[in-house]
Amino acid sequence: MSPIQQRTFIAHVEDRPGVLNRVISLFRRRAYNIDSLNVARTERSAISRITLVVQADEREARLLEANLYKLINVLYVEHVTAQGQVARELALIKVRANEESRSKVLQLCEVFRARAIDVTPTSVMLELTGTPDKIDGLIEVLRPQGIIELVRTGAVAMARGAESALADLLDTPPGEPPERAA
Amino acid sequence: MTKPETTAKAAQGTPPQDHASGATKRTGAEIVWDVLASEGVEVVFGYPGGAIMPIYDAMHQRPIRHVLVRHEQAAAHMADGYARASGKVGVCMATSGPGATNLVTGIATAMLDSSPIVCITGQVSSTLLGSDAFQETDITGVTLPITKHNYLVTRAEDIAPTLREAFFIARSGRPGPVLVDITKDAQQASTAVDWRAREVRLPGYRPEHQPSKEELERAAELIAAAERPLILAGHGIVKSEASHLLMDLVEKTGIPVASTLLGLGGFPATHPLSLGMMGMHGEAWVNTSIQEADLLIALGMRFDDRVTGNLKMFARKARKIHIEIDPSEINKNVTVDVGLVGDLRRTLTQLLPRIQQRTCEPWVKHINSLKGDSAVRDIQYVPSNGRLHAAHVIHDLWWLTQGKALMVTDVGQHQMWEAQYYRHDHPRQLITSGGLGTMGFSLPAAIGARLARPGEELWVVVGDGGFQMSAAELSTCAQEGIKIHVAIINNGYLGMVRQWQQFFYENRYSATTLHNPDFVKLAEAHGLAGLRVTRREDIPEAVARARAHSGTTVIDFTVEKEDSVYPMVPTGADLGDMIRRPTEGGVTGGSTPWNSGAV
Repeated sequence: MSPIQQRTFIAHVEDRPGVLNRVISLFRRRAYNIDSLNVARTERSAISRITLVVQADEREARLLEANLYKLINVLYVEHVTAQGQVARELALIKVRANEESRSKVLQLCEVFRARAIDVTPTSVMLELTGTPDKIDGLIEVLRPQGIIELVRTGAVAMARGAESALADLLDTPPGEPPERAA
Repeated sequence: MTKPETTAKAAQGTPPQDHASGATKRTGAEIVWDVLASEGVEVVFGYPGGAIMPIYDAMHQRPIRHVLVRHEQAAAHMADGYARASGKVGVCMATSGPGATNLVTGIATAMLDSSPIVCITGQVSSTLLGSDAFQETDITGVTLPITKHNYLVTRAEDIAPTLREAFFIARSGRPGPVLVDITKDAQQASTAVDWRAREVRLPGYRPEHQPSKEELERAAELIAAAERPLILAGHGIVKSEASHLLMDLVEKTGIPVASTLLGLGGFPATHPLSLGMMGMHGEAWVNTSIQEADLLIALGMRFDDRVTGNLKMFARKARKIHIEIDPSEINKNVTVDVGLVGDLRRTLTQLLPRIQQRTCEPWVKHINSLKGDSAVRDIQYVPSNGRLHAAHVIHDLWWLTQGKALMVTDVGQHQMWEAQYYRHDHPRQLITSGGLGTMGFSLPAAIGARLARPGEELWVVVGDGGFQMSAAELSTCAQEGIKIHVAIINNGYLGMVRQWQQFFYENRYSATTLHNPDFVKLAEAHGLAGLRVTRREDIPEAVARARAHSGTTVIDFTVEKEDSVYPMVPTGADLGDMIRRPTEGGVTGGSTPWNSGAV
């Protein structure tokens, strides 16, 4: 059995009411705890993109992918863990910072290439975009300063390369199904 | 699965001949019936209520028959029974709230057995959605996990395209239930949209796949090389109407066929190479031969736990070929060597020319040698001491109907005895709830099947427990003038649970004793015929009287109370590790005409 590890699924779905519910229901039914979930519109009208991260082994991941495909409103699924992917996450972090500690916070910020986007006499709000690991790292070093509040978007991911995941699908003429790729 | 296979596009529905032109305005409710007519719907099973009244009001002077049920669950089972008997899509209707939630068990039953039904539910007006209005439930939310797909429609313009999608989804690919929830204001609103001009387009729906040439060649090679091959025939044989191709495959190769419960009838039980049912209550030598096989050819089945027993021990010597329409079934329970994803009929058509002529004589001879003491343990041969056994009833029904009746069963011991002792030779001859195991299924499903196939002799085999879960539908039989024969296998227990309590809970019969009404009087109270049979020799006359009666007949077969279904693979045990019927009763041999055709 292959190890349980983080698996990232990208589901391109029709942008209709209830579709997100259908997708996550599939994970809920099987008692997966979803590590991260991100949904938003895409470059194509009426198509949204869901990036979903769960812990699963290889076999489970294959079945999840096959079951995602069974949902009528799911157009295309990518399981990108194994292949080259770029994953990014955005975090907003509000940290305690007074006159003495502010420069230290901003220094840490510099190292992580985060941006300060709001400052009060007692706090700083930071914005950081990066891999989920990098965001974990910044949170770790800021924790001693006192994190007041933080929010993360969850990972968004995209496969490397020049192709569009959906181009083939939307250009395929209707008719006889082509032979299934082995 | 790295690429989308196709952009699915629905075939155009048959255009309606006489109405629904774009020129005139029609209400949403009228459009519902227009679409049903254009989809070839002959009968709708349902129950009216406030939120679906516009649709019921628009029903007048339609060519479609409506059957008024006594409980909406029965409407869903009837649609399901109709679908299983006919191969067409069954349709049921209910109002919002309690009407819709009552459908749930029937929908789940259809889902687990891949039965194509379309459920139309009324919903409160769109302005009231989410306000906890009178008789409001979120039925699309409730049925999300038990439908192949579902819809909430809030505009009259969307009714026709949605219903057409619903029919297309229900019947294509791996069939299943689709629910369409229509708000009352959408039913009442008028629209002039010419829905026939709009094609159904479902870019995310890929109902059909096709195996590659390489995969087909690989499967053919495995079949050519195997010494002890076995075909496992599932429901897909029936659903895909691939029986004749299975027969071709068997005749070309001599490979014996074991069937799942829902696969029974897909290959004739009386064929010399038919092994009958496998799995939890399959014959011991069938299960043993699965464990000894070196190749399993699984056709349209899904390796359910009732079939495989302990997965770790299942058919460890066998390579496996799995032909299945649903890609998510490949490697779900059992890891296979070749998975051919595609419609069974189409895939077998492609596979057959690649198969070499061969025989399996030594292997078949070996399987026959495994039968051993099975006949000795067969209840048919155990002296009855004047008592009536359920197996006698089933066997004699098989004999008296010459194996030709359309059989509908409920769930429990009688279901397993029916599967063991009735020999089904034709596809769609047995209608039973396999996946969900729904008690109360049989009587309503039989009403649906009766309307799909009016000319055939139809028997319902049902336990006393399951019968009482939907006995109110006797009233529907009476009102609709439907003729079916109901055989209640009455042992005064929830028999299968009692058996488990006997085997696994040290005879602690907890809540399994039933106090039953007088079923004969119950039938008579509905204006139907009721009979009681307590001795085997009275079976032929009871059957003759039921046949002669013009309407529905209920026969209360009062049988041995503590019979158990043998053999049995306990849950989680190795398939070859079976509890057998004790042999102390001795052997009587086949001296009566009823025994001559027994196993």
